[in-house]
Amino acid sequence: MIQGHQSWVFKSKPTILGCGTVGGPFEAKGALAKDFDLLHEDIWVGQDSFEKSEKKLLEEACQIAIKNAKVKKESINFFISGDLMNQIVISSFAARTLNIPYLGIFGACSSSMEGLAIASLLVDNGAAEYALCGTSSHNAAAEKQFRYPTEYGGQKPPTAQWTVTGAGAAVVGKGNGPKVTSATIGKVVDMGISDPFNMGAAMAPAAVDTIEAHFRDLNRDPSYYDIIATGDLGKIGHDIAEEILKKDGFKFQEGVFKDCGKLIYKKDQPVFSGGSGCACSATVTYGHFFKEIKKKKLNKILVVATGALMSPMSYQQKESIPSVAHAVSIES
Amino acid sequence: MEKFFWAFLVGGGICVIGQLMMDVFKLTPAHTTTTLVVVGAILGGLGLYDPLVKFAGAGASVPISSFGNSLVKGAMMEADEYGIIGVLTGIFEITSAGISAAVIFGFIGALIFKPKG
Amino acid sequence: MSNKKNKKLTPVQQEYQNLAKAKEVKRNVLKNSLKAFLVGGSICVFGQGLQVIFIKYFKFTEETAGNPTSAVLIIISVLLTGFGVFDHIAQWAGAGTSIPVTGFANSIASAAIEHRSEGFVLGVGGNMFKIAGPVITFGVFSAFVVGIIKVTIKWLGGM
Repeated sequence: MIQGHQSWVFKSKPTILGCGTVGGPFEAKGALAKDFDLLHEDIWVGQDSFEKSEKKLLEEACQIAIKNAKVKKESINFFISGDLMNQIVISSFAARTLNIPYLGIFGACSSSMEGLAIASLLVDNGAAEYALCGTSSHNAAAEKQFRYPTEYGGQKPPTAQWTVTGAGAAVVGKGNGPKVTSATIGKVVDMGISDPFNMGAAMAPAAVDTIEAHFRDLNRDPSYYDIIATGDLGKIGHDIAEEILKKDGFKFQEGVFKDCGKLIYKKDQPVFSGGSGCACSATVTYGHFFKEIKKKKLNKILVVATGALMSPMSYQQKESIPSVAHAVSIES
Repeated sequence: MEKFFWAFLVGGGICVIGQLMMDVFKLTPAHTTTTLVVVGAILGGLGLYDPLVKFAGAGASVPISSFGNSLVKGAMMEADEYGIIGVLTGIFEITSAGISAAVIFGFIGALIFKPKG
Repeated sequence: MSNKKNKKLTPVQQEYQNLAKAKEVKRNVLKNSLKAFLVGGSICVFGQGLQVIFIKYFKFTEETAGNPTSAVLIIISVLLTGFGVFDHIAQWAGAGTSIPVTGFANSIASAAIEHRSEGFVLGVGGNMFKIAGPVITFGVFSAFVVGIIKVTIKWLGGM
């Protein structure tokens, strides 16, 4: 059901029946390691290329989600997935393995919530009985495609972020469990930031735009939620977003406004401004937050996944970095 | 012994210039090294780089700027013998060792190593 | 350069960019320069030592000792790149490792090693110069221009 200009309210409250989260060695040493279903010791995962490793991670997350949801793979109607690789090959190849009707999406690091919003919309409207949404990212594969070869000695500035190696997937359907109650689809926002080593600053305006649209459309204010978490703005982007939201009159109580990129790693890990990548918001939401809601430690959360929509060529052609953010509310 | 001191100072100094180009002017490492190579070529053309090499030894010959100087030197050496066509034929004369070594050992590296990420 | 950029931005964008700039974690320029100075200088001292060895024990002259010195530095850089150590040193040293010939070797080795998964011909061969390409391209072109200018000046001087 459309609410306001760009939000959906899911009247039948589709449920997240089960999730799967997979991570790499860096995530295993991170702050949320115990909330992962599966952790790998190295980034190769037994494959002979980084891209094949990422595909394995996404497949594993999907299979774990299906198992945890206690549904048969054959009864899942649609697989909605996206990732950072060119032509979203990771998702397409995982879809080949899963053999489920496939909707490929691209939202960069906002893919997790974009997928969850679409999956929930399908189930809420009776267009699907069960929908599987997932996303993945791989540190080395992302560095290779967007920046430099992984062994290259180029000095990264403190505004850079660390792409999460991992994958997160969720099965949405009707049943008992944490419910998806609404979603706000974001507009593309571009404030002229063009530094690919400072994506937090590029994405913050999109996060602000979507958050404000959500509260406007649903006629709510921040006090409605226990946690409002942005996907991967990192320290710098998160600070910027918080300041702009405060200026625009949105007040957060202590400890409400969080960022998945800041939560996933420990302070002593060399991750510069924080985690990033599609798997960042996915693993934190489908792992940590999902478990907290099931334990009733959290009741209402809003996850605002943020994505930087540049390509390796666009910034060489002196284009700035447009960004988008999608918000989904999950309640117990 | 004195040459070691100047090698340290001049070599370190050229690296500081590169660091400032990256930190203050926000240039990428590729843009920085490219600029220094071109500067090396220009200084070489003006006859200013060779005296620096004589004075600071490896402090001037190890940084990438010396690559630009060597390219010009090679070009001029051939030009002195064969005229203007020498500019074209002589460019890689002196730098052949460096580029060949980088390609050969880089390739061997790809044969032996896997990226660690 | 910044004025040109400003003209294309709306006032809202300009205001945001000022905020973003203010929030940016400032790079410690002094600390970075010091680290670059120390590491870069040390690599050059090591190179100087190699040159002395090559002159004394291997019958190279002051003119020609630069070549084997570069070759040794290149081999060491390739090994450090292959063992996954170079990028960690470089994150600390910055220009200290990327300006000496070690940076050139690392850029070629890292690209070659990385793209092996795409095969040896198109992967390794085709991508090897991904980062080092500009150095060679602009080095050669600027040497060409400088060379032509010098030859022309000599010719005009009637020599």
